[in-house]
Amino acid sequence: MANRKDIGLLVLILVVGAVVAFINPRFLSPVNLSNTANLVGLFGIFALAQAFVIISGGIELSVGSIIALLGVVFIDLVAGGAVHWTVAVVIVIALGCLMGLVHGFLIAKVGLQPFVVTLCGLLIYRGVARYYTDDATAGFPFGASFPTLEWLTTGRIYGIPLSLIAFAIAAIIMGTVLHRSVFGRYLYAVGKNQEAARYSGICTPCIVISAYVICCGLTAVAAIYIAMYTRSISPSSHGNFYELYAIAAAVLGGCSLRGGEGSILGVVLGTVLLQVLQNLVNLLGIPSSLNFAVMGSVILIGVLADQQFSKARGLAKRRAFSGAGAPAAGAVAAQERE
Amino acid sequence: MTGVSKQYPGIRALDGVDFSIAPGEVVGLVGENGAGKSTLMKILGGVIAPSAGTIELDGTRFQSLTIADAMKGGIAFVHQELNLFENLSAAANIFIGREPLTGGFLKLVDNKELSKRARPLLAQLGADFDPDTPVSELSLAEMQLVEIAKALSLKARLVIMDEPTSSLTASETERLLKVIARLKAENVSVIYVSHRLGEVEHCADRVVVLRDGRRVAELKRGEIEAGLMIRYMIGRELKTLYRPPAARAGDAILELVGIRTAYRPDQAVSLTLRRGEILGVAGLVGSGRTELARTIFGLDRSEGGEIRIGGKPARITRSRDAVEQGVYLVPEDRKRSGLILGFPVRDNITLANLPAHAHSGIVDRNSEEGEAERQRSRLDIRTPGNSVDVGSLSGGNQQKVVLGKWLSMSPRVLIFDEPTRGIDVGAKNEIYRLMRELADSGVGIMMISSDMEEIIGVSDRVAVMHEGRISGFLDRTGLSEQSILSLAVGRDSVA
Repeated sequence: MANRKDIGLLVLILVVGAVVAFINPRFLSPVNLSNTANLVGLFGIFALAQAFVIISGGIELSVGSIIALLGVVFIDLVAGGAVHWTVAVVIVIALGCLMGLVHGFLIAKVGLQPFVVTLCGLLIYRGVARYYTDDATAGFPFGASFPTLEWLTTGRIYGIPLSLIAFAIAAIIMGTVLHRSVFGRYLYAVGKNQEAARYSGICTPCIVISAYVICCGLTAVAAIYIAMYTRSISPSSHGNFYELYAIAAAVLGGCSLRGGEGSILGVVLGTVLLQVLQNLVNLLGIPSSLNFAVMGSVILIGVLADQQFSKARGLAKRRAFSGAGAPAAGAVAAQERE
Repeated sequence: MTGVSKQYPGIRALDGVDFSIAPGEVVGLVGENGAGKSTLMKILGGVIAPSAGTIELDGTRFQSLTIADAMKGGIAFVHQELNLFENLSAAANIFIGREPLTGGFLKLVDNKELSKRARPLLAQLGADFDPDTPVSELSLAEMQLVEIAKALSLKARLVIMDEPTSSLTASETERLLKVIARLKAENVSVIYVSHRLGEVEHCADRVVVLRDGRRVAELKRGEIEAGLMIRYMIGRELKTLYRPPAARAGDAILELVGIRTAYRPDQAVSLTLRRGEILGVAGLVGSGRTELARTIFGLDRSEGGEIRIGGKPARITRSRDAVEQGVYLVPEDRKRSGLILGFPVRDNITLANLPAHAHSGIVDRNSEEGEAERQRSRLDIRTPGNSVDVGSLSGGNQQKVVLGKWLSMSPRVLIFDEPTRGIDVGAKNEIYRLMRELADSGVGIMMISSDMEEIIGVSDRVAVMHEGRISGFLDRTGLSEQSILSLAVGRDSVA
């Protein structure tokens, strides 16, 4: 299933990893690997979520604010003891799905632009989160303990963080949905050419709305994991810029912002690369203020390289196509159209 | 142009073609899709370079032209797909990049001067709209006039028209032919590339026929005749177009009772389509035919009236509802609405019926491939494989993929909107044969077409639309170009 893009990304990760490991062997220490794996898990879940929306041809900018708001709500519900934590999990995921439903409805039915709708979401949820806690930090009281919940979110099996395992499970499920299911095919179809999808009898608003519901629902899951990881949330900064991490991972992984393109494997690799880069900044003693600059440059170079490669590949392919003795009329017609 | 060849990897698109044109001459260039017409014209326009041969412009010899050379030489292209800025006015489009300026160093566009200069150019072409009209408000035919005016403003002495009438109605076509006569009178040469042989017959002084990249014939004024051109183009005689149905048409399969489209809610449309018949829908562009089809297919909201399918009232509010009823639409613009370019042939064929190829929501690729292969062999879709990007196929084969999508299901009503636009003669005939086969198997077929020859040659019965309503029905005995045209322009009595 891996295409050339994914292999290229994997090679890049290995090369960057090798260089970092060579300069600072601590990169490969179990503690560092385990920490990085945990971050990959946490960021990966909402990057997967973002990919669904991007493939549908949209964008979801409120990810970070949703993570802050739902994180605050989750901690409040659990720490306050109002409901059992399992109920709190259900409530938070349901809230996430509801947000997605509203976004999807405004975009697919009312016809607003995804950028505008989710930008408003970004502002609204952040504001509500701050108001909800009076701008104070939300956290668990001293002595509060939820062993099962804590193990499920921040525990480890043989040193593997459960967040990474949750991410892997999510990736497998989402990969199946995206690459094997009828819904996944429809999602690509809508992303590539919404009109033709409609002319094929596909309920395109249903597909778009579903994409946002899946995105925000999965982001709610990520919000729980992240809340449990940080244990305390200051609503004004928690999750800031996370939507950009998610978009970056998806774009690195081969998603096109025009929609209709991208793969789950790509998004997984994109997330890993971003976290390795973060780690690189820390381990190589690069001032952490340069963090974003490093990330931005790598994405830019990656996207540029990919564009150049696919240009070259397109040429090679065309040569192979006409060389293979394709029906003469078809080949000429194809060339005539260019 | 002497001995011009173009070699693409693995294929010779042009093979030693000689071509010349004198000032004020109108030359028709005909040939099937893939015969090399567009390649030849692109070489002349400087878009691509030939592999061999020379080009002579006003006595200057070139190995190959650049776009700048071609423009300087007075060569202008009027493309099949129009290249206009819809948000700008006609005048602004004509002088794009060469706007008259005012306000000194501020370099503001002098809009008054702009329309003043555009007016005579448009008038010369017989255009009756204001130069300040935004292009988005013009009809396709009017946009074409804007393109031609632009060519004239560039002092063009040779205008290449590539399929200029494929989207025009009969009267608009007639006007374009008049424009060509005017250009000729001004000593401007025209190369007229078209599949519409009747028009070529009408306007060309000389016709060059290409086949498989070679020049196979040159016909002089007296010899230009459609049958002869077709013989050279495909190397065989075409049989009579009309194929009568195997049996009389059956029960009504689709009935429209007072349907009001969102496009023309003031007009009610009623018609009955029977099993086994091909109902042609003729009319001028803008008469509401496509909008009617969109309403039946659930893409546009119906503003009133009733749709009955198989005798039962049907509620169709979205395309899904129509598809579930077995009512399918082959749209006008196959690249935008019919196909998902970038998707393989296979995925395009199974797109509308994907749940049938899935178990508990997971797609079964083998089942999909089986269906794609069935349609490929049934429709003779020429593709290197079903995994190939559908965008790489020729127009005729793309249209067959759109058809295959619907034939893989069980159609009761098939609506074709301009089924053979931009498709070569061979593929056209295959599509007509398929339509008849489908009708004979009990499908009701509605065929919207602006191609008079197609309407007359294929339909068992014709509904003519005029400004949102049906101005009349014609059966085969009353069918003629004249009778259709008079209904299309709104004269209810058949002249």
